[in-house]
Amino acid sequence: MSRAFRLLPIILLVWVLLAFAWRLIQPPDPTVRSQLVNREVPHFVLQPAVAGVPGLTSADFATGEPRLLNLFGSWCIPCIGEASVLEELQRKGVKIDGIAIRDTESGVSGFLKRHGNPYARIGSDPNSNVQLALGSAGVPETFIVDSSGVIRRQYVGPIGASDVPGIIAELEKLR
Amino acid sequence: MKAIALALGLLLATPALGQSNMPPSYWAYRQLPDAKQEAKAQALMQELRCLVCQGQSIADSDAELAGDMRDLVRRRIAAGEKPEQIRAWLIERYGDWVSYRPSTAPIAWPLWAAPLVLLIFGGAIVAGRLKRKRS
Repeated sequence: MSRAFRLLPIILLVWVLLAFAWRLIQPPDPTVRSQLVNREVPHFVLQPAVAGVPGLTSADFATGEPRLLNLFGSWCIPCIGEASVLEELQRKGVKIDGIAIRDTESGVSGFLKRHGNPYARIGSDPNSNVQLALGSAGVPETFIVDSSGVIRRQYVGPIGASDVPGIIAELEKLR
Repeated sequence: MKAIALALGLLLATPALGQSNMPPSYWAYRQLPDAKQEAKAQALMQELRCLVCQGQSIADSDAELAGDMRDLVRRRIAAGEKPEQIRAWLIERYGDWVSYRPSTAPIAWPLWAAPLVLLIFGGAIVAGRLKRKRS
């Protein structure tokens, strides 16, 4: 047995300790990202969430125009902060569709009345089925869907005013 | 007086937990009537990661999304889908991470081989020592 062989346990120990230190200093990112980016929007059909705004199906994408798909809930507090940003995007000509997660008609209509309605369509997803089909793990989340119905990007958490130029530039590129 | 008002206020306050006002999904806290199907669903739910309380399985978690995932698993099992199909459907969306069952893909082979390698390594050390003692 050589000397180097005897040192092996210590080398292994140092290696394991370094691994621990690395993960303690740089904890893993707990954000759940959808694996469906660069894949087609999965098939779904959702009933309208409120009267007066049409429901949403996967066939409403791939219309030759890139769109935003926003998952929200009237019970979701960060969604309130995001509402004004979505309105600004809509004013700038961005087409936005919404999916109301685990929500009621009165909840959604109250939310739209209070915070404005930037959505062309809103589907109701009362059991989070479509949310799970999209690989999303919470609200709010926003997907950029290109003109052929392929998901191009996912934003986890509320989009802020600083995201607006980037989103508009990306949609321009996909046009 | 202020203290009582504060205490009452705290009693009435509800935590801002990001929970919707909707009741849990139908199969979230209900067992399937067919015991065989329920056993299959249970086994799968024990091996699926909750997306909210990461580290818990959806069978253990009380998060709403975990309830919705249990609802999805039970409905699909009741519809005759195989557990492995449901697992694959979720892995397609969330990655291998969503399943607790260790992967058998080539990337995990060193991990499967590790116990064997360590056993051989330890055996070699013991054998070496025994030989030295005898001589």
